[in-house]
Amino acid sequence: MRKKLVSLLSKKSALLLLSAIMMLVYFSGCGSSGNTLYGTGATFPEPLYKKWFTEYEKQNGVRINYEGTGSGSGISAITAGLVDFGASDGILTDQQLADAFDFGGNILSIPMTAGAVAVIYNISGVTGGELILSGQVLADIYEGVIKKWNDTAITDLNPNINLPNQDILVVRRSDSSGTTNIFTNYLSKVSESWLNNVGTGNSVNWPVGLGGEKNGGVAEMVKSQVNSIGYVELAYAVTNNLNYAKILNKSGNAVLPSAATASAAAKGITLPNDMRVMVTDSSDAEAYSIVGFTWVLVYANQKDEIKGKLLVEMLWWAIHQGQEYCEDLYYARLSNEAVAKAEDLIKSISYDGTPLHTG
Amino acid sequence: MNMSDDDLSTSKDSNKHKVKKINSHLISRFIAGLLPNFTRFCAFVVAILLLFILIVLFIEAWDAIRINGWSFITSSTWDPVKGIYGALPAIFGTLLTSFLALLIAVPASFGAAIFLSEIAPSKVKNIASFIIEMIAAIPSVIIGLWGIRVLVPFMADFIQPWLSKILGFLPFFSGQPTGYGFLTSSVILAIMIIPIITSMSREVLRSVPNSQREAMLALGATKWETISRVVLPYGNSGLVGAIILGLGRALGETMAVAMVIGNSPNITFDLFSGGMTIATKIASEFGESGGQSRETLIELALVLFVIALLVNVIARLLVWRATKVKTEKG
Repeated sequence: MRKKLVSLLSKKSALLLLSAIMMLVYFSGCGSSGNTLYGTGATFPEPLYKKWFTEYEKQNGVRINYEGTGSGSGISAITAGLVDFGASDGILTDQQLADAFDFGGNILSIPMTAGAVAVIYNISGVTGGELILSGQVLADIYEGVIKKWNDTAITDLNPNINLPNQDILVVRRSDSSGTTNIFTNYLSKVSESWLNNVGTGNSVNWPVGLGGEKNGGVAEMVKSQVNSIGYVELAYAVTNNLNYAKILNKSGNAVLPSAATASAAAKGITLPNDMRVMVTDSSDAEAYSIVGFTWVLVYANQKDEIKGKLLVEMLWWAIHQGQEYCEDLYYARLSNEAVAKAEDLIKSISYDGTPLHTG
Repeated sequence: MNMSDDDLSTSKDSNKHKVKKINSHLISRFIAGLLPNFTRFCAFVVAILLLFILIVLFIEAWDAIRINGWSFITSSTWDPVKGIYGALPAIFGTLLTSFLALLIAVPASFGAAIFLSEIAPSKVKNIASFIIEMIAAIPSVIIGLWGIRVLVPFMADFIQPWLSKILGFLPFFSGQPTGYGFLTSSVILAIMIIPIITSMSREVLRSVPNSQREAMLALGATKWETISRVVLPYGNSGLVGAIILGLGRALGETMAVAMVIGNSPNITFDLFSGGMTIATKIASEFGESGGQSRETLIELALVLFVIALLVNVIARLLVWRATKVKTEKG
């Protein structure tokens, strides 16, 4: 009797039960609940978000769980409704917007902070901040058109530096990343040939060079290979004492990347109301050229009143009080114009037709 | 217990003992009855897990499979901006690095295994086996870090210039020695699979009956003749199994390789050049990818699955043929 029962149990029901559970887990995803907000996405702003959310919990008692899983994962998570907010370094494509619309209606991209991408190099005898590059020259180096450091295009910009007659070793990110998106977006704006042959993306079909894994991999390659050039997030370049270049901006000034010059980038660009804009190649005189926003993605129509309210309050805090924490972590504050636009976006978040923002 | 009713207590004790015995007997019978079902259940779970993974991969990749078509495995351009996807460089890199890793690891592992099972004194045996197995326990990220910090500069400063000086006339060693690329990845992979192949083939060699060795020695054979004519052929199929296990690890290894391979879509036999493997491609692009490029990465995972399957089937056929020939001869 017992044996029969056991064998029956193990053979059929267990099998069924197991597959049912697995299917359930796969198709349902994990729901979110309670006085906690869940978010996932971009890794680029993760250090800042972690800092914000710890401070926010201390001040307001609302817990926010953020996981840096990557912009792509953030977008698919919010599109599938698995989280309360997503985060992305890139502008959502029309297809992604349409997918999200099918699930939960209009999705908003609210800028949180801006970050600069530093161009790092390792040339013997050339110290940090000495090298000056223009956008066109940078594009040509990454396209393999300029092959040597003493190419006249580079020496013309740097008459006071002794550049070696050596091949340039081009280093770029091998992983798909928002940093690459900002970098290639800039190159596409300044070089027609880059725009036509390569284009903008989280990962592109690189004409030349070696790929390093994440910021650390790129930095390590540039450090270990003489005559190399690469690009990493500013915070990474500063904290690791890497040499980074001045970039000639649209107004012809050679500008070093910093939190201040990155903030200025948003001034030289006309900001659209939906804030889906890349602020690279800014025309502002003080602006650094390779800068991008990073966004939080939320649905304009919230399905849960209480959570929606918590979310709106948190976002409002982030674009005001939260900005105080930017500089210490080498992120750029949102400019006043950007904050104003972000406020409008947050005010448009509603539950059942009523805006959730008060006061 | 009171000292006064000593007798009583002993009889009680023995009664208790009996009950315990019966109980434990029942339990062991119960377990014995349960065991076949439990093991069957475990086997089912594993099979279902495999099937489930395959099904999910297939569903998720279906759109990409339809859009990319066959050119996915023949084209070498991977351009997410234009929506063109070709996996050939990744497939090539996977096979090349795994093959090279085996080329380095198999002789080294077999040498070590023969030493450990046939030649080494037992003290050395234990210590050396322990150390080799410790290498297998090092997480691959750590091996990758070591690769970037130690192996890459070492390859760039010593091994690669030396190879190009001596063997530079061959196309394999004529490139720019940066320290990154196919060769360094293969060395890393070899380091990771040597412990697996070594410890498994050592077990295989140890299972060769001593009577075989003694018979050979009695015929006046030297130690080396004994090893090469009797011990190795006897363990033939087990040794192939050890290689397959190592190859499986090499095909799928991700982090350590991603950190040193240079991740460029190259199809070349210049071993100093940067390349990519399927596993590194997926690992480095999946997080930030979306839409078609994400589906295509899942399709790439399916391709790796198929490659691993093919390699296993081929290896099994080889073993099967080898053993068949042997029994026919015998």
